[in-house]
Amino acid sequence: MTDIVAFKNVIKRYPGGKIALDGVSLHLERGEMAFLTGHSGAGKSTLMKLIGLIERPTRGQVVINGTNLAAVKRRQIPRYRQRLGLIFQNYNLLFDRTVFDNVALPLVIRGLGHADIARRVRAALDTVGLLSLERKFPITLSGGEQQRVGIARAVVDRPYLLLADEPTGNLDPALSADIMRLFMRLNEAGTSIMIATHAIDLVERMGHRRIRLDHGHLENG
Amino acid sequence: MARSSDKPTRSAAQNNRRRTLPSTLAAPAQGWLSSHARCLIESLGRLHRRWLASLLTATVIGIALALPAGLYVLMSNLDTLSQSWHRAVQASLYLQDDLSVNQGQALAERLGERDEVDSSTYISAQAGLEQFRQSSGFGAALDALEDNPLPAVITIAPHSDMSRAEIGALLVSLEDEPGVARAELDQAWLERLYAILSVIERSAWVIGLLLSAAVLFIVGNTIRLDIENRREEIEVMKLLGASDAFIRRPFLYSGFWYGLIGAVLALVLLGLCFIALAEPLGALTRSYNGALAMHGLGFQGVLMLLGIGVALGWLGCVLTVNRRLAAIEPR
Repeated sequence: MTDIVAFKNVIKRYPGGKIALDGVSLHLERGEMAFLTGHSGAGKSTLMKLIGLIERPTRGQVVINGTNLAAVKRRQIPRYRQRLGLIFQNYNLLFDRTVFDNVALPLVIRGLGHADIARRVRAALDTVGLLSLERKFPITLSGGEQQRVGIARAVVDRPYLLLADEPTGNLDPALSADIMRLFMRLNEAGTSIMIATHAIDLVERMGHRRIRLDHGHLENG
Repeated sequence: MARSSDKPTRSAAQNNRRRTLPSTLAAPAQGWLSSHARCLIESLGRLHRRWLASLLTATVIGIALALPAGLYVLMSNLDTLSQSWHRAVQASLYLQDDLSVNQGQALAERLGERDEVDSSTYISAQAGLEQFRQSSGFGAALDALEDNPLPAVITIAPHSDMSRAEIGALLVSLEDEPGVARAELDQAWLERLYAILSVIERSAWVIGLLLSAAVLFIVGNTIRLDIENRREEIEVMKLLGASDAFIRRPFLYSGFWYGLIGAVLALVLLGLCFIALAEPLGALTRSYNGALAMHGLGFQGVLMLLGIGVALGWLGCVLTVNRRLAAIEPR
């Protein structure tokens, strides 16, 4: 199976009747990078949440890296999430820990040894260009730097899929372009990436595949 | 980040681990241990960062633990005391009226030679009346009586190391002696003391149970607030794939520390109480000519208090944390 993400006729209806996704089928190939666009409320976040097993589909099938998510039991969710790299609009860093400790968190969760952790954290920080800031606390960093820390944390455990939900939503255009270039570098190194974003002009300049959602339906684009 | 670079680096890491630790089992076990040890220290660090709030919680736990522990010490001291009083028990043998003074004295002497008896004293009816006249102050009233209403008495002090049951058996056999009308143990006050002691003992248990429940609630509530304050952090951890056990661990260790520090504070409080009571206790001990020694919790008692503190802290946490953590899911 070469698809890293496969949605088959996925419907998501929230309690209260709102239909967020209405029969979505899509594929993302291994090593591919795609942008997920659409107005707010189009279902971008819901799609991301289904992949992260934060929500379950009402109907239809989601297969990630060959695993049908319907078969992942609640107890197995942590282990499943460990193989994803999640990036958030508000960075979701822990402010009582240093940059190093934030990036190390996924590895600590997996129970790796000290030496292993230090080596991998430095490699990830080097990738995002923040090696010199490892002893700083996130609160002392700029928004762009904080997001780089978030990205380093997402890639430190070599996920098979990077999911970014509005990663540049809080950043100015220049910083946003920086972050997008970082994603492209990561993709060139082989990581599959799906980015939900509002920044359509930025996306058009990047020239990658675009998946457009409109009121829970997929548009061809 | 390339998938191709994944495999070589990981096996390099494994080789590395194998070099430092010969046993294949040692590596995960050591990782598990060191992660627990780190968690133990980290949770102490967290308490230290909010040291005033933590200290207040621990102090409340300390007071709650000190009260039953203090009662326990009081009780075990009273128990020793009652045993020394137990030795002062006397039996009174009321003699039949037709027994002469000589016969009575001979009987007292014979009884005094028995193994179970420490000493025996004969008090004639006349001497008894004199004693009563002096001690009661009813002199004039007694003068009005034509006859001496009191019988002759032999007081018996049983051997000091006899149990209550053995003393009871002795009493029955003394009652069977010829010339003895009735044998009585003047221990009604002792029985009352034992009754009071058992009331205190039962109260100590009840108070102990109630305060243990209080400790559970205090720890539970503190941890609940702690979890609420760390809600975002917990959500992030869950998103990164942390298991419930991983997230729960630092909170359980906080419970451990609260219990341990609370128990240590309880010991300090008990120590302060002893210092405050040292003077009157010293006077009491001296009045017993040193035959009575007050004692504290003892080494075992200290270990027990620390153990109970830790167990309550841990349990209070376990009872709260699972339910609270399950309620926090990333949205």
